[in-house]
Amino acid sequence: MSDIPADLRFAESHEWARLEADGTVTVGISDHAQEALGDVVFVELTEAGQVFVAGEAAGVVESVKAASDIYSPVSGEVIAVNEELSGSPELLNSDPYGAWIFKLKPSNVAELESLLDAAGYQAAIGE
Amino acid sequence: MGQRTPLYDLHLALGAKMVDFGGWDMPLHYGSQVEEHHQVRRDCGVFDVSHMTVIDIAGSQAKAWLRHLLANDVERLHSPGRALYSAMLNERGGVVDDMIVYRTESGYRLVVNAATRDQDMAWMQARLDGYDVQLHERPELAMLAIQGPHARHKIAELVSQSRGQLIQHLKPFEGRSDGDWFIARTGYTGEDGLEIVLPADQAPGFFNDLVGAGISPIGLGARDTLRLEAGMNLYGQDIHQDVSPLAANMAWTIAWEPATRDFIGRSALEAEKAAGAKLKLVGLVLEERGVLRAHQVVRIAEVGEGEITSGSFSPTLSKSIALARVPSATADRAEVEIRGKWYPVRVVKPTFVRHGRTLI
Repeated sequence: MSDIPADLRFAESHEWARLEADGTVTVGISDHAQEALGDVVFVELTEAGQVFVAGEAAGVVESVKAASDIYSPVSGEVIAVNEELSGSPELLNSDPYGAWIFKLKPSNVAELESLLDAAGYQAAIGE
Repeated sequence: MGQRTPLYDLHLALGAKMVDFGGWDMPLHYGSQVEEHHQVRRDCGVFDVSHMTVIDIAGSQAKAWLRHLLANDVERLHSPGRALYSAMLNERGGVVDDMIVYRTESGYRLVVNAATRDQDMAWMQARLDGYDVQLHERPELAMLAIQGPHARHKIAELVSQSRGQLIQHLKPFEGRSDGDWFIARTGYTGEDGLEIVLPADQAPGFFNDLVGAGISPIGLGARDTLRLEAGMNLYGQDIHQDVSPLAANMAWTIAWEPATRDFIGRSALEAEKAAGAKLKLVGLVLEERGVLRAHQVVRIAEVGEGEITSGSFSPTLSKSIALARVPSATADRAEVEIRGKWYPVRVVKPTFVRHGRTLI
């Protein structure tokens, strides 16, 4: 049974999104996703200033097993990427909800409402 | 549901993530594939390889038949206990399978791949005509591989005195029976170690004893990165029916002498050799961040293109490595296309790590 924090929103493609007090959105991958990927060995990060629409590919996580795209759960402009993952990609395994991948300034914060809540994500992954 | 080895329930109890491998439900890892890899390089670990196919060969013409069937020559096995690695070729010189052949007191024992079991049995049975040879498949046997620098020492202390002595005295590529166990100093990791074939009903108890003694269970994920670092081919990936051993770093396994030995595929290989093999298997090392994967395209300036056959992250080297089939006139630098971008790679001999030592 994987860890699914109740204060997060989830995409069906296994990213989590958290609305911060300053109106930005932090993005990472779920515990279930890191578990399925296995040991993460490389993260191809996007760059600050990139603009994505919801569902657009915004980086790649490579595990020993496979490469997996990361999709932006909401639309917006990237304002920061977690450079720590370049040197320590395994943080995605050990601390999936602490090891964020990028932060967005959302163009439409209401898009968060169309993501799954914890119960919905739990059902989506069959747990 | 796939086929299950006698250790299936134990794998689940140990928290294994199970995957399908050649029709078998096998453990991919028990937590961290990378940790399991390091465990084998630095100490030792135990693998369930009961999915592999064990075939005993008996009959007065077993030797003559195997000398026709295989590209390596069992005549080289001068006494019981000796073993060799060989390809079994088709008439076109393509690899039907690769295997280890042990000479036993009563004949020969072949250990072939799990996923190729059906095609191998059909291939062999279709070539028995005119030979006094019997094939006995041994599905009632299980097989464990215990690999790593401390494997033999640790196992010798956990088995009977006679088996412990046998383990201490086995030479590399030697395999012998003790009671209903067959113990060989072979493996698929590039480390010292053992492969033990034993009755299926004894396997869970023995596996449990090993885990209880602190020997980590290791899944197929680490088995793959270990063999890749050791530069060992995986059937279905680096070698298959349409690949010649000359294009797969297996020239050393072809016994050309005596020239009179007529093995299946010989004339095709001789023609290929005379013309000069067009392709070869090399190793690639990615110096930048990223992961090389099977089927990525390799580009060598002014030489041509090739393809990665196996690629992954090397836990020992902390960078990505691959086996690739490229034009024989290769260079020492190449480029690989990863998601539309070309990355520079170093071209090396296809053996990256052996006995814990980095070779590149």
